[in-house]
Amino acid sequence: MSTVQSDALTFECETGNYHTFCPISCVSWLYQKIEDSFFLVIGTKTCGYFLQNAMGVMIFAEPRYAMAELEEGDISAKLNDYEELRRLCLQIKKDRNPSVIFWIGTCTTEIIKMDLEGIAPKLESEIRVPIVVARANGLDYAFTQGEDTVLAAMAQRCPSYQHVKNTDSHVPLVLFGSLPDPVVTQLTLELKKQGIIVSGWLPSKRYTELPVIQEGYYVAGVNPFLSRTATTLMRRRKTKLIGAPFPIGPDGTRAWIEKICSIFNIEPKGLAEREKEIWESLEDYISLIRGKSVFFMGDNLLEVSLARFLTRCGMTVYEIGIPYMDKRYQAAELALLKNTCDEMNIMMPTIVEKPDNYNQLDRIRDLKPDLVITGMAHANPLEARGINTKWSVEFTFAQIHGFTNARDILELVTRPLRRNLSLSELGWDVYSKQG
Amino acid sequence: MKLAYWMYAGPAHIGTLRVASSFKNVHAIMHAPLGDDYFNVMRSMLERDRDFTPVTASVVDRHVLARGSQEKVVENITRKDREEKPDLVILTPTCTSSILQEDLQNFVSRASIETEADVLLADVNHYRVNELQASDRTLEQIVTFYMEKAKCNNILTKKTIKPSVNIIGAVSLGFHNQHDISELKRLFQDLDIQINQVIPENASVHDLKKLPSAWFNFVPYRETGLMTALYLKKEFNMPYIDITPMGIVQTATSIRSIEKLVNALGANVNYEKYIDEQTRFISQSAWFSRSIDCQNLTGKKAIVFGDSTHAAAMTRILHQEMGIHVAWCGTYCKYDEEWFREQVKGFCDEVIISDDHGLIGDLIAKTEPAAIFGTQMERHIGKRLNIPCGVISSPVHIQNFPLSYRPFLGYEGTNQIADLVYNSFTLGMEDHLLEIFGGHDTTEALSIGISAGESLNWSDEAQKELSKIPGFVRGKVKRNTEKFARDCSRNLITLEVMYEAKEKISS
Repeated sequence: MSTVQSDALTFECETGNYHTFCPISCVSWLYQKIEDSFFLVIGTKTCGYFLQNAMGVMIFAEPRYAMAELEEGDISAKLNDYEELRRLCLQIKKDRNPSVIFWIGTCTTEIIKMDLEGIAPKLESEIRVPIVVARANGLDYAFTQGEDTVLAAMAQRCPSYQHVKNTDSHVPLVLFGSLPDPVVTQLTLELKKQGIIVSGWLPSKRYTELPVIQEGYYVAGVNPFLSRTATTLMRRRKTKLIGAPFPIGPDGTRAWIEKICSIFNIEPKGLAEREKEIWESLEDYISLIRGKSVFFMGDNLLEVSLARFLTRCGMTVYEIGIPYMDKRYQAAELALLKNTCDEMNIMMPTIVEKPDNYNQLDRIRDLKPDLVITGMAHANPLEARGINTKWSVEFTFAQIHGFTNARDILELVTRPLRRNLSLSELGWDVYSKQG
Repeated sequence: MKLAYWMYAGPAHIGTLRVASSFKNVHAIMHAPLGDDYFNVMRSMLERDRDFTPVTASVVDRHVLARGSQEKVVENITRKDREEKPDLVILTPTCTSSILQEDLQNFVSRASIETEADVLLADVNHYRVNELQASDRTLEQIVTFYMEKAKCNNILTKKTIKPSVNIIGAVSLGFHNQHDISELKRLFQDLDIQINQVIPENASVHDLKKLPSAWFNFVPYRETGLMTALYLKKEFNMPYIDITPMGIVQTATSIRSIEKLVNALGANVNYEKYIDEQTRFISQSAWFSRSIDCQNLTGKKAIVFGDSTHAAAMTRILHQEMGIHVAWCGTYCKYDEEWFREQVKGFCDEVIISDDHGLIGDLIAKTEPAAIFGTQMERHIGKRLNIPCGVISSPVHIQNFPLSYRPFLGYEGTNQIADLVYNSFTLGMEDHLLEIFGGHDTTEALSIGISAGESLNWSDEAQKELSKIPGFVRGKVKRNTEKFARDCSRNLITLEVMYEAKEKISS
């Protein structure tokens, strides 16, 4: 295990033998977010099986997604990729008439080197439906990074020409990251209170409403896993990235707003009181976790932000497992984490990139944390060994951003503790005969 | 390329993993990219497994793509050998490794020099077989491997003194498999037949060498176990029975064929009295079918769809035992078409062989049956069409892994099936009343809601936001927001007021 000492945060890197969702899972939330889209995952039965099981009941609601299932003839190049994709996309156009078709490249299209980026423009002009290609495969990415690859591809499609002259008092600001509409409204309102106008979101509710992005615009991310999108916006669209902590938890939200305000030379108003009020309203939940310990096994890249928030709540974080750590994109978040640990006078956690689940389980056995935040593969076995767990996936699907939703994070974090508190009186903690 | 939204049977490696993880102390290592270990989630969530699923991945990433797996697979195998001390490690190829065409067999040979555990490469091709076929093949492969090994050591045991049986094909994530196996054990106990081995669920690979001491093999499901039974017949001349004891008639047929078989091998048994007693007095389902309540089911139209074992048995039961009209029945096990057609001949109007759920949905809509017996997909089709559905086959959800005893096989199974069928149709008297009075009319009564008094003004934006909130909590959010607005005397509810309310009066 290689160890790099950076200030006081310790970064380690393990073997990468960990459980996470395949990045094609981003289809499940993105097709709902972008209402006029259709997602075509070009892969095998393995991809399809994962999606249909991971999406659960959503699959029965005629989702705007499908597999282009590769058969032996496609692999051995007996069939012509262009013709095959043309046939499928025409059918999709006929049946669903979407404003855009996303092609999600998978491990298989990578290995057989299917030239999706090359085929797409040709087919696009032939069938007259925009085709956006994103390579969200398990060879390169984990779980939420799938959204990053899709948004990075979409960033290229944002119009650069504005019909009406911009009348805002400041340089336009575009936010990036897919959030449920109510959360978009909430965050937009928070900034509006400070006199900041959000001129657009990537992604928007509809593909046809993608925001204008011009050279010199400011952009800010709302999620920690969007580093490719940030890079694309900076390098290809010549925008300026506001590096801020992410608006997760009242502390993160305040820091996020303050950073954006500082860019526009605005003195933030009433933020300290706002934050204080939110913290006070959370006290009933915080009293349940204060002084307790938590271990993040790592699978969705939200880990640093959540760990920072829970530290502020008074928890001790033993380990922050994370699939991939972009120290530049997350710089402000990492600084806030360090700062939070200092202020709370709590031990600095170790950040373990590409963790090894087997080793982690060993450490969990030794440390006996009060709560393990983990994927569903390990949750039940850990519970059977008397360890409280919360499924990490829920943080991806719950509304956790902004002041308004801080309570929802704690609702999730404290749920196992509240449930197990009520069961603990029964006296059966261990349900497995194995060690 | 095929446009696909949903599939009935999963990819090949799932079948291999289901068999491997069913054995005790067998570890599977998938040669797969990150994220392909979703099997562990299914085991842990659907079966609510208390223990860690013995499946790990040897991760295929960019480096592997560029330089090959090299030492990685071998290291992962030897590492697992040290950490978990398994009896057997099964290297499991996936769709990704199929096209990388690395010499996995070579890795296996190299690793097995260093490991205490035996090491096997699952011989399944992603592009040729599905989950079910792969599970059948993997089980045969493991059994063959250990039989060959035993042959070399010359330690094959003799037949048991009393009649005995191996039950082959109970696997993890199988539809009600665990309950079925308990029921079969009880059945064999009643018949005074000793259980020699049950494989693979909970079996140890070291015990496989004792398989030949049974008098015969019993394969309850078409999907997994037949290849193993055929191998054992060829190698050890062991007879097998593959008549699924599902339903009163088929259970009797199955028992009679067991009688014939063990008598031919020197036993002297007669099970007729047992069958008669069970059918008429112990099991409830034969009498239930005769009872007057069940008359209402006569001639009702149903359709059946599922894997070949369950769909065929269900079709027989509905037609033969309950007098229900099966408009069509079908299976997604396309490779087993011939057997399926043969089994259901004369019990339904039409046979459908397809793995296209869209087609099945359209057919159901066209047929308009009174009840559906199918998989979770058909249940959802039924929901949309407002037709009740009993789930009789995989693929399934977590609710198809019930905690209570719910076998589909044997005599208790017949009771369970009778309940399922009966509860799926609208109950007799209710049916009549609905017909006579044209349905329950409760809409009027329900719409006189719990009013919160005079309503406040909502801005258009806020109104729109409210409509986005899921129906089941919308009323509560509306009431809370209005109460909040009234308390701080605001007469217009804007977006800001809405979210302020959420923050101030959370939960």
